[in-house]
Amino acid sequence: MGFRHKDIIGLKDLTKEEIELLLNTADSLNEINSRDIKKVPTLRGKTVVNLFYEASTRTRTSFEIAAKRLSADTINISASTSSVTKGETLLDTAQNVLAMKPDIIVMRHAISGAHEFLAKRVSCSVINAGDGAHEHPSQGLLDMLTMRQKFGKLEGLKVAIVGDITHSRVARSDIYGLTTMGAKIFVAGPPTMMPIGIERLGNVTVCKDMREAVHKADVVMMLRIQLERQGKTLLPSMREYSRYYGLNPDMLALAKKDAMVMHPGPINRGVELASSVADCDQSYILKQVENGVAIRMAMLYHVCGGEPSEG
Amino acid sequence: MNLLIKGGHVIDPSQGIDEVMDILIADGVILELGQGLTAPEETESVDATGLIVTPGLIDMHVHLRDPGLEYKEDIATGSRSAAAGGFTSVACMPNTSPVNDNKAVTSYIVNKARKEAMVNVFPVGAITKGSKGESLAEMGDLKEAGCVAVSDDGKPVCSSELMRRALEYAKGIGITVITHSEDLSLVGEGVMNEGPVATELGLKGIPWVAEDAAVAREVYLAEFCGAPVHIAHISTAGSCRIIRNAKARGVKVTCETAPHYFTLTDEAVLGYDTNAKMNPPLRSAADRDAIKAALADGTIDAIATDHAPHHPDEKDVEFNLAYNGIVGLETSLPLSLKLVEEGLVDMKKLVSLMSCNPAKILGVERGTLKCGAVADVTIIDPNRKWEVVAEKLESKSKNSPFIGWEMKGAAAYTVVKGQVVNKK
Repeated sequence: MGFRHKDIIGLKDLTKEEIELLLNTADSLNEINSRDIKKVPTLRGKTVVNLFYEASTRTRTSFEIAAKRLSADTINISASTSSVTKGETLLDTAQNVLAMKPDIIVMRHAISGAHEFLAKRVSCSVINAGDGAHEHPSQGLLDMLTMRQKFGKLEGLKVAIVGDITHSRVARSDIYGLTTMGAKIFVAGPPTMMPIGIERLGNVTVCKDMREAVHKADVVMMLRIQLERQGKTLLPSMREYSRYYGLNPDMLALAKKDAMVMHPGPINRGVELASSVADCDQSYILKQVENGVAIRMAMLYHVCGGEPSEG
Repeated sequence: MNLLIKGGHVIDPSQGIDEVMDILIADGVILELGQGLTAPEETESVDATGLIVTPGLIDMHVHLRDPGLEYKEDIATGSRSAAAGGFTSVACMPNTSPVNDNKAVTSYIVNKARKEAMVNVFPVGAITKGSKGESLAEMGDLKEAGCVAVSDDGKPVCSSELMRRALEYAKGIGITVITHSEDLSLVGEGVMNEGPVATELGLKGIPWVAEDAAVAREVYLAEFCGAPVHIAHISTAGSCRIIRNAKARGVKVTCETAPHYFTLTDEAVLGYDTNAKMNPPLRSAADRDAIKAALADGTIDAIATDHAPHHPDEKDVEFNLAYNGIVGLETSLPLSLKLVEEGLVDMKKLVSLMSCNPAKILGVERGTLKCGAVADVTIIDPNRKWEVVAEKLESKSKNSPFIGWEMKGAAAYTVVKGQVVNKK
């Protein structure tokens, strides 16, 4: 089967078959990334615009490398250097970019729904590289790819997601994708960071205590805590947060013996993740970053109408 | 020019009339009501057979955007929109540019309305200077210049002490205080109702308690001051409960809700539809049902649209950046008639909600078809089916979540001071 979407806005919109297709393609493209000459001509002549309205190192770089390895031409536009600082609207910026005939716009935006807004109004493909607290589909897919490589499947896995669920687009994409693939999600975090109705988004159990979420988990996904962004009313201190919601070796011992530790990055050492845990054998954080390139290659490839790839 | 409205089903709760009769209007005044009236010479006759004839509808909460924001709406277009929707009177909120916080602005509105408006325009002045919530506006001047109420609509009066003084002072002047009740610290950066839909969309939520806490404050302040207060656009189950309890113990509180709060829920925001963005936000199904129940049991006194025209540039943007509010004058009547069809209220009750009660709350001599009263009349065709088409709206702005909806019920005629200003 082919991929029928013009855009990838969120994992909520993708079926099990579509997610499997993206994961399978990424698995086969991964091989390119370990070659001496890391380039295939697949997207030669295609133009990818990275339109970033929010700071990002990992995701932007990853998308850029992914596009380049497929031989697409890439242009990066970041909000601070563009006309955005002159007050141009998103729609005007996009239409100007569109006039230069790109094939794909990869966008990150601080406002939830910005991609849906844009995708309805432009003819080229739109890939969501993160919108507000809504979705981050490439992260959700690379998380699933990393889990699938380790366990061979996603169905039946117990995945704990711990931290600021309210403001996390990663949590939402993980919940949608993992639910579609048959995993069970257990979320934990301070009640000030647990949004109403999160359990309705998928196969989600809300845990009062982090230990309940981590207990016998196959995967422990820790979210970055951002005191500066979330405001000081949600937490008394990083110190206390770390005590109740940080992953230290004792906490990790509650999970399955071979449980994976994951984190979308960047990590706060000593806050949500003890340094010893971040660097231990069970940590797949760098593997996630590595898989990110392959997943983004697969996404670019399929929105351009690619058929299942042979690599 | 005289007007004879023949054979319509007249419903006028102010006199307990609910029967088929004729109405004769002369010189802009109701001259006679009765069976088989004959038209004197030079009388235009309207056949109202099968139609409902009511005191002219009053929308006590609209934004005409004039002066200063005429690119959204102005007094002429806003009043045309009102006439098309069956309204013979509107009360326009003071958040214009400049704010209507002094008699010069009020006089501008009154004079422009006299020249250009098809319906009665009753200005609402500000409670505080510039609606900044710092010091009281000159309410006496405002009233003398023609304001029928004061409100800082769009913003709450944050200081409880200042709200107390506003209620006390207004009581002395004899002018209605309309509050926009919202605890801004609880609203924060919220852009829609806090709940499962906001969680799914990843949008910051506005919790219901932001409204309830503020409504409770207004009620207690009114009780303490022994002064009346009118609470604008209530949207939550909690507000209904608080106001119901307050009325039961004799607090002089009245309130209004808008058609969108008893018609839609926050699910309308799915897809990030900015025409479903307003303040207060669309709430849960439980809140919507509570609003309906409060309309049925008399807790809510009035239906008002909060008609809030905006330019496409202010709505065709990312959700967080979109302005709050929707146009409502031309969709209010059919949406409200649905309450009758659903059996929640009868037609008499609906006329009270849309005409008699707003007149009483604002203290304007309207909302009645008594002999000698100003001849403001709405003639309703409750069965007329029509589709809401953006281009056909009389309002300058088209920001409505009801575009494309099939409506049932329309104003066949709108009569202001004996003149037919809308005929459909």
